[in-house]
Amino acid sequence: MPVNPELQGRVFPSTPPYLVGVEKVREFSRAVFSSSPLNFDRDAARAAGYADIVAPPTFAVVIQEATLAQLLAEPDAGIDFTRVVHGDQRFTYTRPIVAGDELTATLTVASVKTLGGHSMVTAESSIVDATGAHVVTAISTLVVRGDE
Amino acid sequence: MNSSAREAKAVDLTALEVGEVVAERTFGLERDSLVRYAGASGDFNPIHYRDDVAQSVGLPGVLAHGMLTMGLAVQPVIDWLGSDGEVIDYQVRFTRPVPVDAVEGASLSVIAKVGVVDAAGARIDLTVTFNGATVLGKAQVRVGASGLAPVAPTPTA
Repeated sequence: MPVNPELQGRVFPSTPPYLVGVEKVREFSRAVFSSSPLNFDRDAARAAGYADIVAPPTFAVVIQEATLAQLLAEPDAGIDFTRVVHGDQRFTYTRPIVAGDELTATLTVASVKTLGGHSMVTAESSIVDATGAHVVTAISTLVVRGDE
Repeated sequence: MNSSAREAKAVDLTALEVGEVVAERTFGLERDSLVRYAGASGDFNPIHYRDDVAQSVGLPGVLAHGMLTMGLAVQPVIDWLGSDGEVIDYQVRFTRPVPVDAVEGASLSVIAKVGVVDAAGARIDLTVTFNGATVLGKAQVRVGASGLAPVAPTPTA
């Protein structure tokens, strides 16, 4: 089944707020081999002008993930999860994520393209803080392989 | 780990030269690195920890998460920047999988080089290789001046 071209432009409901925890940031930072004090040490982060420890640039994927789950579960999307390959990923920041942030994500399907039997779905998840201010946009291009 | 590099003089983004290598690092991935990343990120796709599942979908064996490769590849840039700048945009294309052998693991090399210098800051281009072949395409990190994060969530009046 091909990906439904009418997905393009669809906006999904915003995800419930995600509270960024200090230990979660430290755990994620260790997992991506960070050695930056800004990711672990609250005093170092505050001395550098941040409210609390800073999350690594790819931490936004943790918040984005809930929106991609919505997309994959969409009944009329026609996206077979077992055929999905992650093609591209991008994060565009207004400011870094810090512990204590309460973040909400909203996914928009930016484009659906078909190329030689494969479909490429570009999903943009805009992530905002508790005041509604933009923090980061996470953009994924998913390649859905066609029938061989 | 890289504290000596961090204690060096402040990074001046305007003084960079295109082509200059700003950071280099080699990462040793083991199967437990993948399990740790799965837990930290919430990505529990079994192709990242079970050979039988990976092989059932035509893969040679367990692969590193693409997002783990993306996440570690930017770390040499973070260490180089210290608190003198921030990552404002980071993008990659996943061009080749990284199989992680249960015994041998996998070694990933990262070289970070200045691609562009302009009024907004600089673009750092990453070359990430496994077994001599690049695994990320168009891996670009935009860095700019820091100070973008609010110290307290005080909305403007």
